[in-house]
Amino acid sequence: MSRTPLDTVEHAAATPDVELPWAELGLKKDEYERIVEILGRRPTGAELAMYSVMWSEHCSYKSSKVHLRQFGEKAPESEALLVGIGENAGVVDVGQGYAVTFKVESHNHPSYVEPYQGAATGVGGIVRDIIAMGARPVAVVDPLRFGAADHPDTKRVLPGVVAGIGGYGNCLGLPNIGGEVVFDACYQGNPLVNAGAIGVMRHEDIHLAKASGAGNKVILYGARTGGDGIGGASILASETFDDAKPSKRPAVQVGDPFQEKLLIECTLEAFREKLVVGIQDLGAAGLSCATSELASNGSGGMRVTLDDVPLRDSTLSPEEILMSESQERMCAVVEPEKVDRFLEICAKWDVIATVIGEVTDGDRLEIYWHGGKIVDVDPRTVAHEGPVYERPYARPEWQDALQADDANKLPRPESSEELKDQVLKLVSSPNQASKKWITSQYDHFVQGNTVLAQPEDSGMIRIDEESGLGVAIATDGNGRYAKLDPYAGAQLALAEAYRNVAATGAKPLAVSDCLNFGSPEDPAVMWQFAEAVRGLADACQQLGTPVTGGNVSLYNQTGEAAIHPTPVVAVLGVIDDVARRTPVAFQEEGQLLYLLGDTREEFGGSAWSQVVHDHLGGLPPQVDLERERLLAEILISASRDGMIDSAHDLSDGGLIQAVVESALLGGKGARLIVPDGFDAFTFLFSESAGRAIVAVPRSEEVRFNDMCGARGLPATRIGVVDGDTVELQGEFELSLRELRQAHEETIPALLA
Amino acid sequence: MTARIGVVTFPGSLDDRDTQRAIRLAGAEPVALWHKDKDLKQVDAVVLPGGFSYGDYLRAGAISRFSPVMETVIEQARTGLPVLGICNGFQILTEAHLLPGAMLGNNHLHFICRDQKLRVENAETSWTSDYASGQEIHIPLKNMDGRYVADEYTLDKLEAEGRVAFRYLDFNPNGSLRDIAGITNEAGNVVGLMPHPEHAVEPLIGTGRTDGLPFFTSILKKLVNA
Repeated sequence: MSRTPLDTVEHAAATPDVELPWAELGLKKDEYERIVEILGRRPTGAELAMYSVMWSEHCSYKSSKVHLRQFGEKAPESEALLVGIGENAGVVDVGQGYAVTFKVESHNHPSYVEPYQGAATGVGGIVRDIIAMGARPVAVVDPLRFGAADHPDTKRVLPGVVAGIGGYGNCLGLPNIGGEVVFDACYQGNPLVNAGAIGVMRHEDIHLAKASGAGNKVILYGARTGGDGIGGASILASETFDDAKPSKRPAVQVGDPFQEKLLIECTLEAFREKLVVGIQDLGAAGLSCATSELASNGSGGMRVTLDDVPLRDSTLSPEEILMSESQERMCAVVEPEKVDRFLEICAKWDVIATVIGEVTDGDRLEIYWHGGKIVDVDPRTVAHEGPVYERPYARPEWQDALQADDANKLPRPESSEELKDQVLKLVSSPNQASKKWITSQYDHFVQGNTVLAQPEDSGMIRIDEESGLGVAIATDGNGRYAKLDPYAGAQLALAEAYRNVAATGAKPLAVSDCLNFGSPEDPAVMWQFAEAVRGLADACQQLGTPVTGGNVSLYNQTGEAAIHPTPVVAVLGVIDDVARRTPVAFQEEGQLLYLLGDTREEFGGSAWSQVVHDHLGGLPPQVDLERERLLAEILISASRDGMIDSAHDLSDGGLIQAVVESALLGGKGARLIVPDGFDAFTFLFSESAGRAIVAVPRSEEVRFNDMCGARGLPATRIGVVDGDTVELQGEFELSLRELRQAHEETIPALLA
Repeated sequence: MTARIGVVTFPGSLDDRDTQRAIRLAGAEPVALWHKDKDLKQVDAVVLPGGFSYGDYLRAGAISRFSPVMETVIEQARTGLPVLGICNGFQILTEAHLLPGAMLGNNHLHFICRDQKLRVENAETSWTSDYASGQEIHIPLKNMDGRYVADEYTLDKLEAEGRVAFRYLDFNPNGSLRDIAGITNEAGNVVGLMPHPEHAVEPLIGTGRTDGLPFFTSILKKLVNA
């Protein structure tokens, strides 16, 4: 975009016929025309750059907005919600004066292009969102989806992604306490790299992204601005990667966790001294986003001198500076008399900080370069009033056939020997196998507050050393279920995360989500999206857990092939005293195993149908949210009152998967008996929702049974913790050694 | 009376606050020290905590070793100030030549985080006297560059002088020569190790073991009884 003279506002007004490359920047014709209409003239190059990134799918949610509204409209009353959707991250009251902020975001496309940096900067971005709320980040989680485990490209993508998450998160000093790793051929070419983070603060420390108070200074601090990630925001969410256009610079940003660690410390120190009026991190769309969002959320306008932005590359054009997605940068609004102190703190941490502008009493965002005004816009039109699409959607024709292809009719094991073989096949399959090879590359211990970390049902962090107050987080999502029925699939994702939080003894409070789908321009995908959002919003309403924020990732698609609809749901919970937490591992021999909930013949989308028959069809398990709520209440009460010593939710892989995991983690086996009225196969492999297994000390059996009976939760005694084998009486016996080998050797064999 | 134990924060230190907590739990008083400040604030001992000081740029510990605070630490360690280097702190101590040898990247090239079994080989240093010699303990390990190396002469000398303080048991997590997890200087006042004792001080947290607490009670007893 080099040209003479400088494309100022004045110049643009005087040269209405100059053609700008709006199509190359990812804008549609009608979108460009709307910009011209808003401005009453053609945009300058810099204005066009800003609009193009801010109106991209990634930043504007233009395809998803009309559906996402339901999260607000159907939001349940919640006293816990302090800050809802729309800010950098939601904030939840967890008691004792503490507030917790958490969010999940996607970094899918960059992680396919450049696995290490894509995943690393995904962690960096979500952590800055947390800092921007005023919180100290205390943990991260990473829900991941990859192509088939034995596909050669998975061996390229996965190790890079895992090393990137570890390389960045470990260096920031954030324990990685949860997440998932799922393999499915549908993610080939479109891996999902979602990253979540949790932060803790006192109520009074909540900060918001707004610029108010005319005369207040706008300070850009952190890394210098370079040429990396230019246009990344557009590319992220634009149709394809296979654009043959030459690109001078990498579209994927490069992360420097050391710089981010300094940014965390210096930002928190500035917060402590109450130096900050408003704050925004620089992520997708960089300065374009930060300046327009700060200005449009505040009371006034903003004037910025782009020449003052510290650069890594002095040849950058103003448009590039505005679009750059260089990492580890933040923007703060500070009262003039506090600027010196703010800069001092930055200097203490060797962080570059520069005043680049100020809040004005007008309502325009004005940006200057070399003395000329190159941007003069109403910031709301950039940040909030982008295009909104009512994309057509329609239930795909193949949906009926898919649901009619009933998994319950698949051939089942006919002998004990076959049953045993299928158990081994299940627990050693890539999706059900131990992910230790992956999670051991993440630091779980740093900060010294980790109570539980993966493979526990939820990660748990202590937030107060005196009282033992803690928070738990679980992320779940089953794309196979969602493919069979996106409405139910989204609800099952929520139900599972909710159950996982309760299984550790914490009370579920709030939800964040990362909605990963194919192209919104395909009516079938748009239908999946609409159904999933409707399902999730309805379920959140019923469970009383509001959605506090999240992220939408569309265009996860190669050619005609979209990924399974994959709503990933994070549930945050609180526990009054982490000493009461319930682990997954069996603790003591002789304890009684109880199955809570109802088991039906439900194999649609199940791990068994995938592993044994490579089948996907039928209906996902029934959703019963009232049952989920009751189960959660029982799990929480039992944990609080010391009635159970271990608990494990039942989900993919069913009961046998849960028993094997609890046995291997505890180093103690189990003797199981098929209860009356069950067949062994359904007992072991069904994936009915709303269930968990618990280990009850004999001394608590009566009390525990009475509680379940009084509240109407079916509790069935299914065996006892015992020995060094997992035995199903009358059917088979597998030694822990054999199980451990099957469960733990799969992933290293494929990926190490 | 109690002892004042300093914990240095470098840019990129991660386990500084955790180490302060461990010192507090052991009954001593933690004192925050800043890398740009030569002043050790009259502390009785110093811990260099884990992390990625200066982003591990150049080499782990290579830049921190030249920070102002290290000038004083190096000087006083030579005259008996007890110093413990944990993980990145151990790397800094070798870069500062307070301890021999060096740390290379893990032989498997991955970051590794695990509950690691160790044997206490020397229970007579300032930081290990609350252990028994030969005691087996579990301490979390988490690092990228944890492979201890030195030339044969140095290794033999360390062994002969009883200066191998900790050895990895059952599994060598990083390819360290002779399974060395930690060493001490001749005087026994400077100790460095890769595993993180500050992450094993509370029964509920981390691995749920408290095998790391004796590091901090050892030094406290030594200082209080001195």
